Amino acid sequence: MPEYLLRIRRFDPKSGEAAYWDEHTVELGARNSVLDAILKVRDEVDGSVGIRCSCQQAICGSCGVRMNGKPGLACNTHLEDAAARIHGTGWNETQNGDGEGTHEGVIEVEPMGNIPVIRDLIVDMDAVHWKKIQRVTPFLINKQPVPEREYIVPHENMVDVTQTMACIQCGACVSDCLSMEIDPLFIGPAALSKAYRFVGDPRDAEHFERLKDLSEDEHGIYDCTHCFNCIDACPKEVAPMSQIMRLRRLAGTDEKIVDRNNGQRHEDSFVTLVRDYGLLHEAELLPRSFGGNSWFGKFHPAAGRVLLKSLGAIVPAVMRGKVKIKTAIFGHKIPKSDLDAVQKLYKKVEDRPERVELNLYVSGYEDDPEPAPVAAGAGAGSGEEPQSASSESETS
Amino acid sequence: MKVAYWPGCVSRGFTPELHGSMAKVAPLLDLELIELDRAACCGAGVIAEHNQELADSLNARTFALAQQTDGELMMNICSTCQGAQSECQERLDANADYRAVINQNLADEGLSYKKGLTNKNLLWLLVEEIGLDTLTAKVKRPLTNLKVGPFYGCYIVRPVHRLQIDAEHPRDRYMQMVIEALGGTVIDYAGVYKCCGFPIITMNMDASLKMAGRHIGDAIDADADCLVVPCPLCHLNLDLQQPLASEAVGRELGLPVLHLPQLVGLALGLEPHELGMSKHVVRPTSVIDWSASVVAGAPA
Repeated sequence: MPEYLLRIRRFDPKSGEAAYWDEHTVELGARNSVLDAILKVRDEVDGSVGIRCSCQQAICGSCGVRMNGKPGLACNTHLEDAAARIHGTGWNETQNGDGEGTHEGVIEVEPMGNIPVIRDLIVDMDAVHWKKIQRVTPFLINKQPVPEREYIVPHENMVDVTQTMACIQCGACVSDCLSMEIDPLFIGPAALSKAYRFVGDPRDAEHFERLKDLSEDEHGIYDCTHCFNCIDACPKEVAPMSQIMRLRRLAGTDEKIVDRNNGQRHEDSFVTLVRDYGLLHEAELLPRSFGGNSWFGKFHPAAGRVLLKSLGAIVPAVMRGKVKIKTAIFGHKIPKSDLDAVQKLYKKVEDRPERVELNLYVSGYEDDPEPAPVAAGAGAGSGEEPQSASSESETS
Repeated sequence: MKVAYWPGCVSRGFTPELHGSMAKVAPLLDLELIELDRAACCGAGVIAEHNQELADSLNARTFALAQQTDGELMMNICSTCQGAQSECQERLDANADYRAVINQNLADEGLSYKKGLTNKNLLWLLVEEIGLDTLTAKVKRPLTNLKVGPFYGCYIVRPVHRLQIDAEHPRDRYMQMVIEALGGTVIDYAGVYKCCGFPIITMNMDASLKMAGRHIGDAIDADADCLVVPCPLCHLNLDLQQPLASEAVGRELGLPVLHLPQLVGLALGLEPHELGMSKHVVRPTSVIDWSASVVAGAPA
């Protein structure tokens, strides 16, 4: 049976002592869980090890920890997988020998991040996670009048919110949220996913109000920095960041809620600039995001203030030729015929009465999600003539 | 090797030294670049946030243009383009009906995306196509004693599954591997895989600049001479905005930030000015002094 060196981060804030690594060697199967190893230590060696757990089947969400730097559930992480993690973001094969940064058979278990530690691996979920969940009014507010019998909800609406309903409130996404690391007041990935569960429910009476609230909060939907950590952290494929982007789409595009955080103006300006130039006109993006989505946006006092604040960056950039005056004023464009094609494409898509979207969580992968191993090609795969969309549909 | 080359927007706008250095480095790597100058912005996740079909159509158009070339694959030099395009491609490749809808949007131009494009950031191409041994063999000026902190940018390392980071493709270690192949010393610090903060610069400037400032400060504390990034948007926050990031975190910074082709170019014998390093907001003095000392034959 393989042997693992389990290093548990021990800390009792009440003791006044510093945190330390508590090392134990455990013999367990490679497909046993990290929780099995922790409980073995607690049961057989040191009963004072603090760990919160219950179902041990990845349902209750109690045993969220960091294992070799990555958040997740201790109960559904195999020892061999945890041991194979190194300080990248992936699941690298353990390098035999003494590859730098790797630990053959060593598993460091720490409490989750962004949440205060109560003791050892137990964190104060009330202080952060549950407080944030409560912030988003995590219950349905019925539209009136309430029907005498049940509400009939269209199937597609319930499927739409299914992904967020898979959340087991373990806090793994909160643990490694990079926005929350800098701004602890950020509502965060778990709570905003929960918000989408009700925003996307047609029975809810406060659809607009919820979106308005989450847009206007300076620690709301526009505080997410697109780092994808929550997507990788989630043991239930909730993809919290994707839910936050859906909230932004509903708030900014559908409801056109112009928020005080520049979120809607930023998105609107970005989309417009790419439509008008084919490429991003960077010099226009900042002033338009603050001052309004038009060429005159830069003359708005809010735009003036941010440009003034940014002089420390703008002046050296211009002086050193990094930013050319001509590029800053006129931007850069793709050729006219291509710009025309892009603008037609915009019109075709934006004129649709309903958006076309594909949610892979719901639809699944029709066929192999991995790109076929043919050369890119660019090569057009094989030099075939372009197929029409319909014929491709028939043959794929 | 011939590749369909997507430079992105920012490398031709606010980071012209990136596009320029790639052009200088390509022949030294035996890369022939077929520039996709007709293609539009990838949307950087923002257009997808606005309208998924629009973002997928714009990128399918780029992919279709790449497929019309005789390049062996498509190459980009921007982590954000890599991530945003991978996201669109995942949907396009996963569902034939959806792909047909998107291709219908391209039909007016006679374009059509066929499933199975290979789109690699320069970083991936260096390791997987050119190979580290070949890269090392091309080195004329080993980066001996240059202490380099890798900064990946989110879009090229997450989500792991979509970006196919696995035991066979440890793409989250490639920067370290390339730095070592060029003879440099890798500096490990807390910010290697964190966010530069750029995506929220207009929404929460204070948090954005603090992110940049904290990572730069961590790299300085770990004794880095410079950072290297495969993403021009990260470069904007880490270099262009560094004076403001310094104010945000209340400490002096002044750490040079190199684009990946600049670091490769230095090792392949190009001069700092040829690589556009004089355009940086934070003068890469430590790097230039070091390269000059090697050129002069002085001990590094």
